[in-house]
Amino acid sequence: MTERFHMPSLGADMEAGTLIEWTRQPGERLAKGDTIAVIETQKGAIEVEVFHDAIMGRPLIAIGDRVPVGAPMAELEPLEGAASPSPSAPPAATGAQSAGGRAAPRGSAHRPEPAAAAPPRSATPAAASAAARPRHRASPAARRLAQRRGLDLAALTGSGPEGAITLADLEAAEARAGQPQPAPARRPSGGKADLAAMRQAIAAAMSRSKREIPHYYLAHDIDFTAAAAWLERRNGERSPGQRLLSGVLFIKAVALTLQAFPELNGFHRAGRFEPADAIHVGCAIAIRGGGLVAPAIHDADRQDLDALMARLRDLVARVRSGGLKASELSDPTVTVSSLGERGVDRLYGIIYPPQVAIVGFGTPRTRPWVVGDAVRPRTLVTATLAADHRHSDGHRGALFLAGLAAHLQAPEAL
Amino acid sequence: MTTHPLSREAILAIALEALTRVAPDLADESIAPDADLREDYDLDSMDFLNWVAALHERLGVDIPELDYPKLATLGAAADYLLQARAPE
Repeated sequence: MTERFHMPSLGADMEAGTLIEWTRQPGERLAKGDTIAVIETQKGAIEVEVFHDAIMGRPLIAIGDRVPVGAPMAELEPLEGAASPSPSAPPAATGAQSAGGRAAPRGSAHRPEPAAAAPPRSATPAAASAAARPRHRASPAARRLAQRRGLDLAALTGSGPEGAITLADLEAAEARAGQPQPAPARRPSGGKADLAAMRQAIAAAMSRSKREIPHYYLAHDIDFTAAAAWLERRNGERSPGQRLLSGVLFIKAVALTLQAFPELNGFHRAGRFEPADAIHVGCAIAIRGGGLVAPAIHDADRQDLDALMARLRDLVARVRSGGLKASELSDPTVTVSSLGERGVDRLYGIIYPPQVAIVGFGTPRTRPWVVGDAVRPRTLVTATLAADHRHSDGHRGALFLAGLAAHLQAPEAL
Repeated sequence: MTTHPLSREAILAIALEALTRVAPDLADESIAPDADLREDYDLDSMDFLNWVAALHERLGVDIPELDYPKLATLGAAADYLLQARAPE
């Protein structure tokens, strides 16, 4: 049966996307992972992929349309002879908000659930049929504020339990409403992120994080001397194109350490912790001029350093020139942020919801350090952990950082 | 590899072209030869390494990590590459 492909959520800070281009035409055969469209978000132009084989169906929105996360974008037809997925689901959307619409795991966006809200385009709230719309989950405070300000709950995506709209969601929506909305069919930005919109999206996501997530913070000075020497030796034998950055060692060490700390790798959703079944490391990449984006390196614990370096190089290139994929933005299970070679000693991260941990690395530096009973110059790097106290505590967090330090003492095993 | 002689000006142009290729968001900037690329143009470790790799490929100069500070500006890079390409 026909199903619908919905505007994906590319993270807690995304509310809507604008269709720039259909890359596939109705009737074309699609394989899992094929890009079918390019959308513009605060994070720039993003390629949107299908999650399983299908035939491209009828488009439901036009180029230039800006629609909220969870709104139907196009129909997908099953491959001939393929079994129809869950025929019990009614094909027509009922207008209910998608409870899982935020940061949906890979594979969930295509399910033929009656989950998508009709795009609340020019229609005023009063013009929509109230009878056809079920009551939206919302906290009492949010409901009162919405009534007072004349905001339409149907047009919002909730971040609370089971998709409930919270006060924070309303405040974020109000902040957005204060900004001039981009006109439909505006000139595509050519892949560059809209920095003002990105700043606002970061503000909304980070405000929500600080308001809702009880962070705890730990820092640990790690002796990086052996790893730095190993890296220097290894890079000395290689041409520039084959060299590694220390940030790749950090990503791999975090991923390996997380194998023993599942409570730091996953999502806080609907009031409880969902451990992830893979380790997809979101790598914070700064954008020149302001803003940042943290696309995922998938299965970082299972790739060698050269493969990770190639993936990181590719991600940075696509942050600079456009072409990030929706799956890369929607499914990191943890975030790593490194200040690189010219930063400061340590950074205290803010968790990117719905993740539950972020690991930070300051700039490695030569500092005085006690070795045995003498003070020696050593290369040190300070690693920090900010984690969600609802799902782990400082004791486990400290063990995590100790484990991370141990991995970094044996760089050849990374 | 055999290197045919290139003027400092030509090397400077190649270095600039390689830079805007690895950092396309800098394509609209006019980058002064004496501007510090990392400080003034926020080139990060990955951008810088990609640039060095591009220079290595285009000009056949091996650029060890220890020499990275000698490529802090476009002008300094041109001097370094010119000297590295000069016959012994």
